[in-house]
Amino acid sequence: MGAVHSRHITNKHRFVGFALIGLVVYILSNIVDEWRAYQGATVAVFVVAIASIILLTGYSGQISLGHGALLAIGAYTAALTQIYFSAPIWICFATAVLMTALVGAILGMAAARLSGPYLAGTTLAFAVGLPSIANQFSILGGEQGISFDAGWPPLSLGETFTQYKWFLWIATLAALISMWWVQNILRSRYGRGWRALKSNEVAAELSGITIGRSKVLAFTVSAGIAGLAGALLAMTVNNVSPSAFPLALSFSIATGAVLSGVSTLGGVMIGSVALVAIPLIASSISDRWSGSENLELLLPEFIVSALLVLTVFLAPKGPIEKFRSRHSK
Amino acid sequence: MLRIKNLVVDHGAIRALHGVSISIEKGQLAAVIGANGAGKTTLLRTLSGLNKATDGSATWGDLNILHSKPESLVRHGISHVSEGKSVIPELTVSENLELGALWRRNRKESAQSKKEVVDLFPRLGERLSQRADSLSGGERQMLAIGRSMMAKPQLLLLDEPSLGLAPLVVEQIFQSIRDLTTSLGLTVLLVEQNAMGALKIADIGIVLNLGSIAATGSAAALRDDPAVRAAYLGF
Amino acid sequence: MFEFFNTLLIGITAGSIYSLMAIAIVLVWRSTRVVNFAAGGIALASTFVGTTILEITGSFWIALPIAMLAGAALSAFIEFFFLRPLLKRSGEKTQEIFLPIIATLGILGIIKSVLQFVYGDRIGVLTPPLSDRGFIVSGESIALSPLRLMILGIVLLLMIVLTLVFQRTNLGLSLRAASFSPEISRLSGIRVDLIRTLGWAISGAAGATAGILQTTNGSGSVSPEAFEFSLLLVFGFVAAVIGGIESLVGAVAGGLTLGVILAIILMYFGSSLVFFAAFVILILVLFLRPNGIVGVKGGRRA
Ligand SMILES: Nc1ncnc2c1ncn2[C@@H]1O[C@H](COP(=O)(O)OP(=O)(O)OP(=O)(O)O)[C@@H](O)[C@H]1O
Ligand SMILES: [Mg+2]
Repeated sequence: MGAVHSRHITNKHRFVGFALIGLVVYILSNIVDEWRAYQGATVAVFVVAIASIILLTGYSGQISLGHGALLAIGAYTAALTQIYFSAPIWICFATAVLMTALVGAILGMAAARLSGPYLAGTTLAFAVGLPSIANQFSILGGEQGISFDAGWPPLSLGETFTQYKWFLWIATLAALISMWWVQNILRSRYGRGWRALKSNEVAAELSGITIGRSKVLAFTVSAGIAGLAGALLAMTVNNVSPSAFPLALSFSIATGAVLSGVSTLGGVMIGSVALVAIPLIASSISDRWSGSENLELLLPEFIVSALLVLTVFLAPKGPIEKFRSRHSK
Repeated sequence: MLRIKNLVVDHGAIRALHGVSISIEKGQLAAVIGANGAGKTTLLRTLSGLNKATDGSATWGDLNILHSKPESLVRHGISHVSEGKSVIPELTVSENLELGALWRRNRKESAQSKKEVVDLFPRLGERLSQRADSLSGGERQMLAIGRSMMAKPQLLLLDEPSLGLAPLVVEQIFQSIRDLTTSLGLTVLLVEQNAMGALKIADIGIVLNLGSIAATGSAAALRDDPAVRAAYLGF
Repeated sequence: MFEFFNTLLIGITAGSIYSLMAIAIVLVWRSTRVVNFAAGGIALASTFVGTTILEITGSFWIALPIAMLAGAALSAFIEFFFLRPLLKRSGEKTQEIFLPIIATLGILGIIKSVLQFVYGDRIGVLTPPLSDRGFIVSGESIALSPLRLMILGIVLLLMIVLTLVFQRTNLGLSLRAASFSPEISRLSGIRVDLIRTLGWAISGAAGATAGILQTTNGSGSVSPEAFEFSLLLVFGFVAAVIGGIESLVGAVAGGLTLGVILAIILMYFGSSLVFFAAFVILILVLFLRPNGIVGVKGGRRA
């Protein structure tokens, strides 16, 4: 688990690591074109979303198949805050986090009473049910949705500074900050409580952890982070509509978490990059082979699914743990 | 004849049995006694195929027991009543019994066996259509033994049948076990915390301590052994 | 009143199909403690088999049983080659349900993309054997047609057969025993591995039937990305959870409850609330009864 290795890594090390990642993204953002910058921003969005699942499932042991709906709440909140209060973008992000955390707390109270398949079913129904009610309220814009505009990059960054490069910066910064914060909360009293809970509920309760409160807290924190991911996603596509949050999105996030290794935060980049890169790889494969449109459509799903099954079989704890266990032997 | 040689069993990093050798003749009732964690349950679970052995051998007649699955050992006459009233609470008493003879695929024989078990434990007969979770502890133990008798076993492995039962019921159960052994010519390996009771009905006794055999001998001799008395019989 | 009666009929028909899907999910859960999303893919694939057979033979009554066999075979195949090794390795740790869920999601994706590869843009057509024109009652056409009657009849028949198998046969006793207590079952001589595969096979057949009926009750055609099948999978799973995930009776109760309430909502409140309503129903049921309609308190997770 994450805790085992983090004992050797001090906060200073971690800060240097994060700063390095930031630097790499900064340099990359100056070389790559618009399209790559957009993809980079999407990777950052997935990092945040997947981290939120890993926190919930990997550390507190609860299941969610409905994180796509939480992303939707974050996205709509951010957009509404902008439309009705003309708030600056970082306020929009903050309200998205708070609002989604609130919903997460409510959902978490229901979830704390449920286990296994009941929780899986509830979150699944949530994922399917929530985005569809957007059609019911005119302020949510129906199928077309509503726009969310992060604005042009400040002029001080120069004339040539592009929109997507700006998104990439914002998303990366948000991802770094939230990862930093998640790392800290996982090493706090609460994080230790979640891990105790996951390995043995009875023992955790005996050692003074209030199971219900601890689970609700995990759901709340996870939801807050998912809300941020949702707002970031809305920023990168300039728009919020029900069709942006299908059940497939929830499944993608869960998939990304498994590809990253659901029991440790360390691999979160792997799943995020995979989710963005696989469709590209697939389309270049199908281009080279046949150029068949059908193949191009189905290949990404096939590759992701096959990878998923392989990961569950070959590295159920994720690629990072696999690597680590091989080298510690 | 059950022959166990140098049996070693590990639970992950924990070694539960350190080279145990036991030999029991056909028709004998052998009591295995020992403190909590001595490895008694592990021994029985290994003999019935639920646990894997690390090393050693075990044979029942010509049959090599280790490396076989429980469901095929049953077909060779080895039946295990596991620790803690091994019945399925959601099924009725009758279904629990039938379960024991399902593999024989012979409804007539199964009905015949059921009649025999009911003769042996009349209290079960009165409760055939009741769910097993409505039974008392003693009745459940009878049902568990009855279920394994449905398979017409030759070697019966019993794990603490007296667990949690009132002294009077314990005596009844022990008496039934003794009667069964004698009347059907069964070979029985009886694991017990209730060392006194077990040694009273057993032919031979085996004392297990921390995964090794501390003493063996005729049950009567063990009952009189001062060391055994002090350690396991409490007087 | 007339309209309400019609809505009820529509709901019961849809609900009975969800019940079948819920049964498919419950059977797998009971036999291996796996939440099986691949059930949706199995239903889809066997429905395609059904359409092909229908095309060749022209008979719905040949296509249906063959589709059921195909579903059973595919489901057993998945259990044998994917889930069994996976569960063996995880040492039957029952609280770990996330990875098997993800594995079945992956299998669902593989099935869908293989179907997409084979069928491409073509769709499978499933012409119903009976008319979908409603019976006329006092001059008005009601929502009950020969086709709907056939659907209800098939579901009812299957449920009776399943009940008889589970309650009256040796196979049924083995299936129940193996799901409640695998260890005691093995000690009693039951080949639990085999029984589990059979449980998956029966589930596959039930899912295949659900798929065929869902298609005939709906648009009459099926494509690899068919929305009707996502619907079937999601509502089938929700119905299973409402019913307590362990119980076949619960699955039927859950499916009918869901079908009827959703039909009423569709009729009187519009389509955009249907999915959210499913979520609300689930939350309400679990709030009142955390182990589902038929679930036992502190239900066993053997
Ligand atoms: N599944 C397991 N995993 C790890 N260790 C185990 C397992 N089962 C048993 N052990 C260990 O093996 C040793 C022997 O256990 P066993 O259950 O065989 O003892 P026992 O003699 O039956 O005790 P009791 O009288 O309490 O039933 C113990 O130290 C126990 O902790
Ligand atoms: Mg024991």
